[in-house]
Amino acid sequence: MSDTKIARRGSLQLINVPKVLHRGALYVAEARIRVMLKWKWSIAGEAILNPMFYLLSIGIGIGKVVNSHQASGIDGVSYLAFLAPALLASACIIGAVNEVMHPTLEGFKWNKNFYAMYATPISGKQIADGVLLSGLVRALFGTLMYYGALLIFGGVSGWHSLWLIPATIFAAASFAALMLGLCAAIENSDLLLNIVGRLLIMPLFLFSGTFYSLQSMPKFLQFIGWLSPLWHATEVGRWISYGHHISTQGLIAHFLYMGIMYLVGVHYARHFYLKRLSK
Amino acid sequence: MMSTLWRMSAMEKSESSPASPASPAGTIGEPLIIAKGLRKEYGEFTAVDGIDFHVNRGESFGFLGPNGAGKSTTMRIIAATLTRTSGEITILGKDPEKRGPEIRAHLGVVPQQDNLDSSLTVEDNLYVYGRYFGLTKKFIRAKIEELLTFAQLEEKRGVKVEALSGGMKRRLTIARALVSEPEILMLDEPTTGLDPQARHILWDRLFRLKEQGVTLLITTHYMDEAEQLCDRLIVMDKGRIMAEDSPAGLIKTYSTKEVLEVRFGADRNDLYAEKLRSMCDRIEVLPDRVLMYSDDCETLLHNVVSQGMQPTTSLVRRSSLEDVFLRLTGRTLVE
Ligand SMILES: Nc1ncnc2c1ncn2[C@@H]1O[C@H](COP(=O)(O)OP(=O)(O)O)[C@@H](O)[C@H]1O
Ligand SMILES: [Mg+2]
Repeated sequence: MSDTKIARRGSLQLINVPKVLHRGALYVAEARIRVMLKWKWSIAGEAILNPMFYLLSIGIGIGKVVNSHQASGIDGVSYLAFLAPALLASACIIGAVNEVMHPTLEGFKWNKNFYAMYATPISGKQIADGVLLSGLVRALFGTLMYYGALLIFGGVSGWHSLWLIPATIFAAASFAALMLGLCAAIENSDLLLNIVGRLLIMPLFLFSGTFYSLQSMPKFLQFIGWLSPLWHATEVGRWISYGHHISTQGLIAHFLYMGIMYLVGVHYARHFYLKRLSK
Repeated sequence: MMSTLWRMSAMEKSESSPASPASPAGTIGEPLIIAKGLRKEYGEFTAVDGIDFHVNRGESFGFLGPNGAGKSTTMRIIAATLTRTSGEITILGKDPEKRGPEIRAHLGVVPQQDNLDSSLTVEDNLYVYGRYFGLTKKFIRAKIEELLTFAQLEEKRGVKVEALSGGMKRRLTIARALVSEPEILMLDEPTTGLDPQARHILWDRLFRLKEQGVTLLITTHYMDEAEQLCDRLIVMDKGRIMAEDSPAGLIKTYSTKEVLEVRFGADRNDLYAEKLRSMCDRIEVLPDRVLMYSDDCETLLHNVVSQGMQPTTSLVRRSSLEDVFLRLTGRTLVE
């Protein structure tokens, strides 16, 4: 620690407190994105290769088999077109969930950097918001790449299909918010990973009507699908992409469900973040 | 050794403190932190048991006490990151439970455990932290140069934090706390885990910050650190304040000028205790030695020997805060 002359102004002059109080969540997101950028090549590689592999094997390979057995296609469209909105939604949702769960575990437990953030003017609520926001930025990137791949493979087409992007991000936001809250609430990280990995993600994703229509399942399994944000996102996505039939009430219910999940998630995420930071 | 350290610190203080440093805002001496009946319970357990203290602008204030005394708990309440159970506290005139972010904007916090972002480089840790205070990129970039020099980490700027040694991490944590030019710098056990040379360098840096008008809050369980750094301190034990004063004032009140440390061997220490007690103001019998308190210990040693008690080793030294703590609690600081 050697000599340098410091022209000190002091924090009272230096820091624009009202500005920080408004923008804290953005600063947190900025820091998260800075970390992500360290991994930009692997993130980009994953975002490009993942849809490629999926679309080549499932969409086209399995699609060939399915289409050859069902000349009229599924839901009135080719298997790839049927699958496309679901694949997009699941990739986007999983991406967002990973991007909020990992930093939450890391920030509270592994390297405790949330406690460092919380020693600054950033509030607990802003840390939660910022982590969610950065997760959605990552999800947006993944969604754009996936959407591009779907365009190339012919899974989606037409300007109207661009609406898939905001709809999918909305679904990702709602589930990521919920998982953000859950992650902060459960302090035992092994328990958390088990609950999330085995009990939550798996069934929610298996029974979401991704590969075949939910209606073809027994009622009690359909029920799991109704809970799953992926099913709601998939239904809405199919409606946007190729005009899959949904009643107006049905459509409202889908958005309402996701909207409520988002609000509940954000509320509890903020609550548990603050609780954990200030004890 | 201890007495030279003490004299050194007394000298440095008399050099630096009379010329009151000019603070960029506010008046020197005005209270920045006021606590009354401050209490923190963790479930059934009371970690901080209703303490009163105040810290003035520009002062270097210490919390001295053994592990578990409640120092970190108190620091976290002041840092507006831990809610109190009861009592009153204001920092910069604000209640931390209502105005936490506004208070934290003016604090620089060095926690007991380093919590750097291990996935980022040295430089990026400083940068990101500066952004949390809403500082501009330009300002932070310039500040980073200064802080890297300060922390002697210029060569490590591009290295990931996980590859740094313990001492380097500590220095980086301290540098990070300075990025926002805080009014109050809070250091929780700043030198635990540092080698002696690194400690002295850090102490020197802290003196300089104080000269620039920064208010320092320091916790430590090292009495030499408290003597070196603090204008005023509270001695804490089991969540309570045992005493409060300047290091010299505490020593004057609770100890004699000098201490004679004698060793007779484990069994004879006890044997001689009664006789030794009658020869001076006070004695403390520790497992390995006897401490005898008197203002003139050379004479005292002479008397001890002439009474036919020949110690295997003896040492005359000046009283320290360790002696104060022993007097107040009957225990040593570092056990
Ligand atoms: N989160 C906590 N939950 C329960 N007990 C705690 C917690 N934090 C600290 N303590 C207890 O409170 C006491 C004071 O701790 P601390 O403030 O860390 O002391 P110090 O910093 O002086 O070593 C200790 O006995 C410690 O075990
Ligand atoms: Mg402590």
